[in-house]
Amino acid sequence: MNASELHGYSGIIKELLERENVSVGDEVEVVSNGRRYRGILMVRYELADPKHITLKLPNGYNIGIRVTESTTISKISAGVKPTFVRLPKPQTVSDLPNVVIISTGGTIASRVEYRTGAVRPALDANDLLAIIPELVEIANINTEALYNVFSENVRIQHWIGMAEAIDRFIRKSIDGVVLTHGTDTMGYTAAALSFALQRPPIPIVLVGAQRSSDRPSSDAATNLIAAVATAARAPFGEVVVAMHKWHSDDVIAIHRGTRVIKLHTSSRDAFRSVNSQPIAYYQHGELKIVANDLNPRGSSEYIYKPKFDERAFLIKFFPSMKPDILTILAEKGTKGFIIEGTGLGHVSSDWVPVIRELTKDGIFIGMTSQCKFGRVNMNVYDSGRDLQKAGVVPLDDMLSEVALVKLMWTFGNLADGAELDEVKKLMLTNIAGEIYSRSLPNTGSW
Amino acid sequence: MEDYSKVGLKVGLEIHRQLNTKKKLFCDCPTEAVEGAESITFMRRLREVQSELGMVDAAAMFESRKRKTIIYHADLKNVCLVEMDEEPPHNLNPEALEVALTVALLLDSKPVDEVHVMRKIVIDGSNTTGFQRTCVVAIGGQIKIKNKIIPIQAITLEEDAARIIEVRKDEVHYDLSRLGIPLIEVSTEPVIESPEEAIEVAYAIGRILRATGKVKRGIGTVRQDLNISIRGGAPVEIKGVQELELIQKVVENEVKRQMHLLWIKEELLKRGVKKEDIWGAKPVDVTSIFSKTSSRVIKRQIEAGGVVYAIVLKGFAGLLALHPSPGIRLGAEIAGRVKVWSEVEGIFHTDELPNYGITVEEVKVLRDVTHAGESDAVVIVAAEEGKALDAINVIKERAVEALDGVPEETRAARPDGTTVYMRPRPGSARMYPETDIPPIVISQDYIESLKARLPPTLDTTAQQLVERYGLSKQLANDLIDSEVVEDFEDIVSKTGAPPTLVASTLTELLRSLRRDGINIEKITKAHMMRFFELVSCGKVAKEAVRDVLTAVAQKGQNVEQIIEELRLWSPPTSEVEDKIKTLVKEHKQEILNDERKAVAKLMGKLMKDYRGRVNGALINSMLLKAIQELKSDTL
Repeated sequence: MNASELHGYSGIIKELLERENVSVGDEVEVVSNGRRYRGILMVRYELADPKHITLKLPNGYNIGIRVTESTTISKISAGVKPTFVRLPKPQTVSDLPNVVIISTGGTIASRVEYRTGAVRPALDANDLLAIIPELVEIANINTEALYNVFSENVRIQHWIGMAEAIDRFIRKSIDGVVLTHGTDTMGYTAAALSFALQRPPIPIVLVGAQRSSDRPSSDAATNLIAAVATAARAPFGEVVVAMHKWHSDDVIAIHRGTRVIKLHTSSRDAFRSVNSQPIAYYQHGELKIVANDLNPRGSSEYIYKPKFDERAFLIKFFPSMKPDILTILAEKGTKGFIIEGTGLGHVSSDWVPVIRELTKDGIFIGMTSQCKFGRVNMNVYDSGRDLQKAGVVPLDDMLSEVALVKLMWTFGNLADGAELDEVKKLMLTNIAGEIYSRSLPNTGSW
Repeated sequence: MEDYSKVGLKVGLEIHRQLNTKKKLFCDCPTEAVEGAESITFMRRLREVQSELGMVDAAAMFESRKRKTIIYHADLKNVCLVEMDEEPPHNLNPEALEVALTVALLLDSKPVDEVHVMRKIVIDGSNTTGFQRTCVVAIGGQIKIKNKIIPIQAITLEEDAARIIEVRKDEVHYDLSRLGIPLIEVSTEPVIESPEEAIEVAYAIGRILRATGKVKRGIGTVRQDLNISIRGGAPVEIKGVQELELIQKVVENEVKRQMHLLWIKEELLKRGVKKEDIWGAKPVDVTSIFSKTSSRVIKRQIEAGGVVYAIVLKGFAGLLALHPSPGIRLGAEIAGRVKVWSEVEGIFHTDELPNYGITVEEVKVLRDVTHAGESDAVVIVAAEEGKALDAINVIKERAVEALDGVPEETRAARPDGTTVYMRPRPGSARMYPETDIPPIVISQDYIESLKARLPPTLDTTAQQLVERYGLSKQLANDLIDSEVVEDFEDIVSKTGAPPTLVASTLTELLRSLRRDGINIEKITKAHMMRFFELVSCGKVAKEAVRDVLTAVAQKGQNVEQIIEELRLWSPPTSEVEDKIKTLVKEHKQEILNDERKAVAKLMGKLMKDYRGRVNGALINSMLLKAIQELKSDTL
């Protein structure tokens, strides 16, 4: 008896099933508490109550049956095991632009996972293509299954791996790259790739889904179609994120990789550009460009710098927070901090001496705002001026998360003994659209 | 009338009823409609997916072939991100689960040990998720009808679907307010053997549901699905029977339909028709025959660049148009299937031709060109080429099924009791687990505590109505079955009108008006309340009730206006008394000669003046009193 054929069952139930030679997918008869049930034994979520078995009744419903000492289970026939049937890959049309879809995991590529009963990444790019055959009419598509990770498990090493893979395709003169990614940290990855792959000659489009692709209402298909179309046809070479603009399936917003953040836990329109507008929208099969400061497709200014150093830290200030955490982290090797301060960029005045000591030791301290929207300005109040005097660097209208990623990248690309001024200079240089000098009003559209 | 036991009729009922819980099944939105909220619309598309067994459901595939843009209207007082499929479902509403378990116990059904919420794939757009969340709460049980036991299959709890507002060519509109309201479904085994029995079972289940005091009332809160088969036929699911009284008609019609299809099968076999003949038939392009046609439908299609294809159904001549009862024809079956699958409107067959602007000559050429024999039928389809070919395949498919008799399918009930093809019957492949909600363990202790506080049955309620209001047992039950007990008690207590009058108005009278084809939807409780107030204070005679309510239904005005227009105000008692006195004086001699004859004559005269305005019994007593006075004066 193969243990994997009894997913989720344990203890006396597992013993009973093994004794009766029953495995998941078999048709069984169960007699429990004076009642007789007939159905297919289903996988059991490991985290669910251990005293029950899950049975699929002939009408398709699952129920749980409590197993007691008097319960009997007998096998009627061996049955179909729950497996996902692979659909054939559709035929491709060759004279279309060449786009590669790199899959890394996440909801866009996920299915029901019986071990936990939750949604897990499973589909690779090839499966997606089979499920969304429209894609082959937009581009000649190749796929690469790079990773299969939940986005909360993505690390710097993955960013580097993604950058390497994309760079490889850029050098193969592909027309565009689509990278499927879990949405939770897609904003960070977008920023990381923006710094690692500067002014690329082709569009690099990150895409995810807020509803898994095993649901009829999944946003995976519409997002992916827009992402592939953008990769295939966009006139720019930028790292962007393609996700729903709003609750409707009609408009997909194309956000700049250094401007975008996930601002909702579950809604399709979770991704928003902050302190800027999306650079384009995809609607009715058309890509409408709205930004005018874009790196053109075919740009020869491509710079590849895929190095990151994780000795950077993002801290959110809150009332009454003590500054000693900075000292402790610095002692543990942290080379720089992004402080997400209040309002225009403040922390309480008892932080000033601690910050002064740290910057004297060559630790970088940059300031962004927990307001998310707007630009920090540390000249307006005394407290801001005191912090600047202590060595804090105001980071303009940069998003905190983007500032953190940029600091990791900066450390990765400067020599280990680099002067604090060099770090500061790089952090204040606009590299991939992460700093805008003009702040525009909210026009009511995202 | 059929002898239903002879045809082996078997009916299973599925009664769906909205629960009147405070909150929806998987979120905290109210289940009562809240007026005047801000509303938004958004657009979605749905796609078919594989089930956990790796299969794609036939019904789901079918819907996805007809993929339309879906527009949702969300009223933000009744709809949140959960209904919009923008937030995972919250936990299963415990209040709804308790009602369902209570119903289960009342029906002697056994609660499951652990409830698993499932996703039932429905991609017509009625659920934003593309599936309906549903769970089996209890299995088995029974309900007793007279001396027969009807076994219950299962009791399920599910979320109600969005309400369809409008269907356009490429777009379908839904309102989301209803989505997520808890819906209980009680399904019986298919053991019901006559249309009358089906109604009885529906009423009996209805009484159990209402005993919980937690079900919604009124239009759209109840829906019945029927599962009907006859011997040699096939189980056919008929959805969306809103009114109980329609059940009988639907069953009668379905029996006729299945018998007709079985007869056609026999006839086709007798004629030696083979499936290969039908499959083998090739579509013939006959567009040129109709280049100058006067058929408007065909002309329009050809002008729009469409084609006309013909297919020969060997041996089918005469069978397509034959109809044992209105609406039951093989031709209609084929056309219904084509309409739904390929959305083609221009379909004709030789059994009904020449007609619709198609001439004898055109039919003759059509038969020649397609080499159709005397005993063959020819079906033509006018549409754009792809759709026309699709339609031809659907026609062949349905014609082949005619050789098997009755196809298993899901049909939709129409208000007249006939049905139309809706989709193939969904299989178990359209169910997969709702992974966002962990299984819910139902403890034995909880079940015991529910058993200890089961609500009284409606028999007790009926007895109370009889005792408190002096109603007949029959009228009390009628109030319960018509689900107007609360309205009845409210009207009687607020207006002081005679209980039997109010009860019979709310039940018998409204039913009779509806039977007369009067749309009673405009009659509100407020109308009733006002009318009975006027009856109570003697301003209107109770006899006016039918005329007044009929006018309310037709014109929707207020009760006073109608009474005024119909001149139904009761005259002051003094006026009636004076009139009677005068009459009595005028007919003094006649009264003294033959009192009985005179009373009859005078009553006739008075009723002519006062019918509907003054109670006849009152006039009669006033008249007799006046005669007494006359006689005593005379003596």
